[in-house]
Amino acid sequence: MSLARSALSAIQRPLYGAGRRTFTSSSSRRSESLFVHRDTDYNNPSIPFTFTPDNLKRAKEIISRYPPQYKKAAVMPILDLGQRQNKGWTSISVMNAVAELLEMPRMRVYEVATFYTMYNREPVAENFLQLCTTTPCQLGGCGSSKILHTIQDHLKISPGQTTKDGKFTLIEVECLGACSNAPMMQIGDDFYEDLTPETTIKLLDALATGEKPKPGPQTGRKTSENAAGLTALTSKPLGPGEMCVPEFA
Amino acid sequence: MFARSRFVARRAIKFGSGSRTLSTTLPRRADITLTVDGKEVTVPQGTALIQACEAAGATVPRFCYHDRLAIAGNCRMCLVEVERSPKPVASCAMPAMPGSKVFTNTPLVHKAREGVMEFLLANHPLDCAICDQGGECDLQDQSMRYGSDRTRFHEITGKRAVENKDLGPIVKTSMNRCIQCTRCVRFANDVAGVEDLGTTGRGNDLQIGMYVEKVMDSEMSGNIIDLCPVGALTSKPYAFQARPWELKKTESIDVLDAVGSNIRIDSRGVQVMRIQPKINDEVNEEWINDKTRYAYDGLKYQRLTTPLVREGDRFVPATWEHALETIRHGLINSGAKGDEIKAVAGHLADTESLTTLKDLFNKLGSENLTLDQPFGDSPPATGVDLRSNYLFNTGIENIEEADAVLLIGTNPRHEAAIINTRFRKSFLRRGANFGLIGETFPSTFELEHLGQSAKDAETFFSKPGNGTFAKIWKEAKKPLIIVGSAVMETKDGAAVLKAVSKHVLANQARFLNQEWNGFSILQRAASRAAAYDLGFTPSTTSSSVKPKFIYLLNADEFDPTTIPSSSFVVYQGHHGDLGAQYADVCLPGSAYTEKSTTWINTEGRAQLGRTAVPPPGASREDWKILRALSEVLNQPLPYDDVLALRDRMWDISPTLVRYDSREIPSVELTKLGLQVLSENKTSQASGEKFKKPIEDFYRTDPISRASVTMAACSKAFTKGDYVPADVDEGATAQASYA
Ligand code: SF4
Ligand code: FES
Ligand code: FES
Repeated sequence: MSLARSALSAIQRPLYGAGRRTFTSSSSRRSESLFVHRDTDYNNPSIPFTFTPDNLKRAKEIISRYPPQYKKAAVMPILDLGQRQNKGWTSISVMNAVAELLEMPRMRVYEVATFYTMYNREPVAENFLQLCTTTPCQLGGCGSSKILHTIQDHLKISPGQTTKDGKFTLIEVECLGACSNAPMMQIGDDFYEDLTPETTIKLLDALATGEKPKPGPQTGRKTSENAAGLTALTSKPLGPGEMCVPEFA
Repeated sequence: MFARSRFVARRAIKFGSGSRTLSTTLPRRADITLTVDGKEVTVPQGTALIQACEAAGATVPRFCYHDRLAIAGNCRMCLVEVERSPKPVASCAMPAMPGSKVFTNTPLVHKAREGVMEFLLANHPLDCAICDQGGECDLQDQSMRYGSDRTRFHEITGKRAVENKDLGPIVKTSMNRCIQCTRCVRFANDVAGVEDLGTTGRGNDLQIGMYVEKVMDSEMSGNIIDLCPVGALTSKPYAFQARPWELKKTESIDVLDAVGSNIRIDSRGVQVMRIQPKINDEVNEEWINDKTRYAYDGLKYQRLTTPLVREGDRFVPATWEHALETIRHGLINSGAKGDEIKAVAGHLADTESLTTLKDLFNKLGSENLTLDQPFGDSPPATGVDLRSNYLFNTGIENIEEADAVLLIGTNPRHEAAIINTRFRKSFLRRGANFGLIGETFPSTFELEHLGQSAKDAETFFSKPGNGTFAKIWKEAKKPLIIVGSAVMETKDGAAVLKAVSKHVLANQARFLNQEWNGFSILQRAASRAAAYDLGFTPSTTSSSVKPKFIYLLNADEFDPTTIPSSSFVVYQGHHGDLGAQYADVCLPGSAYTEKSTTWINTEGRAQLGRTAVPPPGASREDWKILRALSEVLNQPLPYDDVLALRDRMWDISPTLVRYDSREIPSVELTKLGLQVLSENKTSQASGEKFKKPIEDFYRTDPISRASVTMAACSKAFTKGDYVPADVDEGATAQASYA
């Protein structure tokens, strides 16, 4: 009650009535994102969404992997399917369609969609930049903070925003499991690794023109091999029978 | 077991998560013995450790665990130490193991509890002073008892802030206080059947809600207020009305349906402040429906507080003497003789006043004792000679055992919401199957709709066809037929009963045996079973006489055309509702919270209601009014106090005063009763569709019709017209990436 009743109301009603008494002075920590749905003109249940025949076939295939009475176990892959069909984000209509397809109460789908951060509940641009800013990426290479600033300065957006031209959405994410190639970011489904401010800008420029740069390390390094060249196991590996006692040769 | 799980599996395909199998009530298993704090206890295998501790007399604090809900194990308050276990164990989520040694009172346990408390309080607003839960808050009590006396919370980022949800006119939310125990979610999903409540977000941001903006449309929603261990869910109508320690608590019986839910009336002075459930495992377990809980504000409005005598076109307040004298003159002047003197017993008439009214009218020479329902002036189709013909023979607590249930002309969700929760339980846990003949309704369990009319019922019994339910019905080990009270209020009543009784008799081995009675009538009016028990029923000739003197006892549902304008009408009751409008004299009676009377529920269970507050103004206990009237009419009744009256009730039927027990009809008597029903000479069953007797659950009787809360509920839930108070105008969406 007293502690700012909600994250949102604090945002949306910045001007508390003059006579309003606050009972306590501890500050409120808002949730990182909105975990309720609000109808907007681009996201409301009356916007139709149906799976394309192609995706429906795929969905059937996915559902068939689970025992028939646990159809709802397919909710995560099907939500992902819906998100892909819906330009990379999971609208309320997508969730409702999934609920209907899997014959589960809608709320159970909402629970899943809000629990996992990779279901985007707001529209994203075609180039969805997910920059890893977890500790290893922050420390590795030039450090992800530098990359973040580069992107921000270059695209004039901060995390959570989409560029005016609608080409890029930037967010910060937690470890994506490519720490050995830090810093890295995921664009769409691909990892772009070993970033430097220069390669980042090159990447962004290429993406802006509609090109699709080659994923992987941007330094020419081969996957996560030592960037400075191999230091161990450099000699030719032993073949079968070599270095064995004669009986085993 | 196998058959059961097969059913569950089949249903899951069609019903999605409605079929979550949470646990199964299994036959009693072997006992195991363990030691709790050095004390040996023996509990059935599979018992949760927390219950074993309880059995050993050791209290274990808890938030998320509730013995009537599924186990969640997410609050960690119930940690105990178990020998040879490396970490403290959450006792609610751990089955008791034979031979294990459990400690609930060690330094480790104390420290664990203190730690959990500290975590819970880290994000809790600590606004007890302005919280309605204060005084009955588990968090408050347990932090006093098990918590630390100082905080280490110095987060500059502040405490978690969560938006409040608007769940409708009943539940008030203050979500900052929520400790995410998910009791409300489990209740809504498993008991109430509202699958819209859930958790959104994750981790520290996890919150309770429906994600989309909507109301919690359930007739059981009030229970989540009781369940919530903190003040996150409180009662809107009761908001800031009272503190629990100011309230006088009176254990009583609810009368707004025929279930006879056990309640606790909390009153302050002369006012009922709120109504809470009282645990009775045989009847309402721990729940009550929203009407039971919130219709009480109707007790404040529209009350008759003084006797009223009609003069021309208005009522004039009168003294009791004057009112009773007027009735005497009215009776004489109307010239009513014998059956022309008619009594109408309404839904809320208590057993004592029904007895008195019947005795008085019999003394006046009338047998015209009618009931306030359609066809209430002809003898009931069920007959009243054998109790098993009009009672819920199966027993409320036993219905969970039924594997196939056939509902005829009834919507248990509205006619007996508590019984409906048991159906949902057996549906979820045991995979029970349900069939319905009658008007459909949004049910909380999966139903197969088998027909609409008495004819369809006959057809179902004679040619069941090949539907899924029909097949299951043939095989069912414990089949159950429930005939709704509304069926008996149509001209097809006798025909339906005939078909049902023939079917039951033909399958008696399955329907009627020592363990199982599968024939039940579901009454919906609190007074009905008592009226039948008393023989408060019209004679065969009643419907043909034109009454000249009519006595309405709590009767407010009648068809006004049945009241001839020339007749003299007396209304006795507590509210100025329909009945009072037609009266020449109104006698103010007392409502159920204001008198100590007997109520017979649909199972035939006699329960004693108790006086919580005095009746307002000049109103009196109902049987006393009738007793006084008998004096004025020169037909004094032979009882002067309630004990003598209950002796009289004992003479009529001992079951009326054997409180708190249910007289279970024997198999032989049930068969005999069915025999009678099956031999009834009746007209052919017609194809006329059954109608739901309750269109608006929230407005079924004078009390709920006078209630502001019920009016709001009716608007929100029945009409679906609710404007959430908290919508933020011009709200803009916030990016929802984490
Ligand atoms: S609202 Fe209450 S009952 Fe529901 S999860 Fe929160 S604390 Fe538990
Ligand atoms: S920390 Fe960035 S990928 Fe692991
Ligand atoms: S009561 Fe055991 S974890 Fe909550």
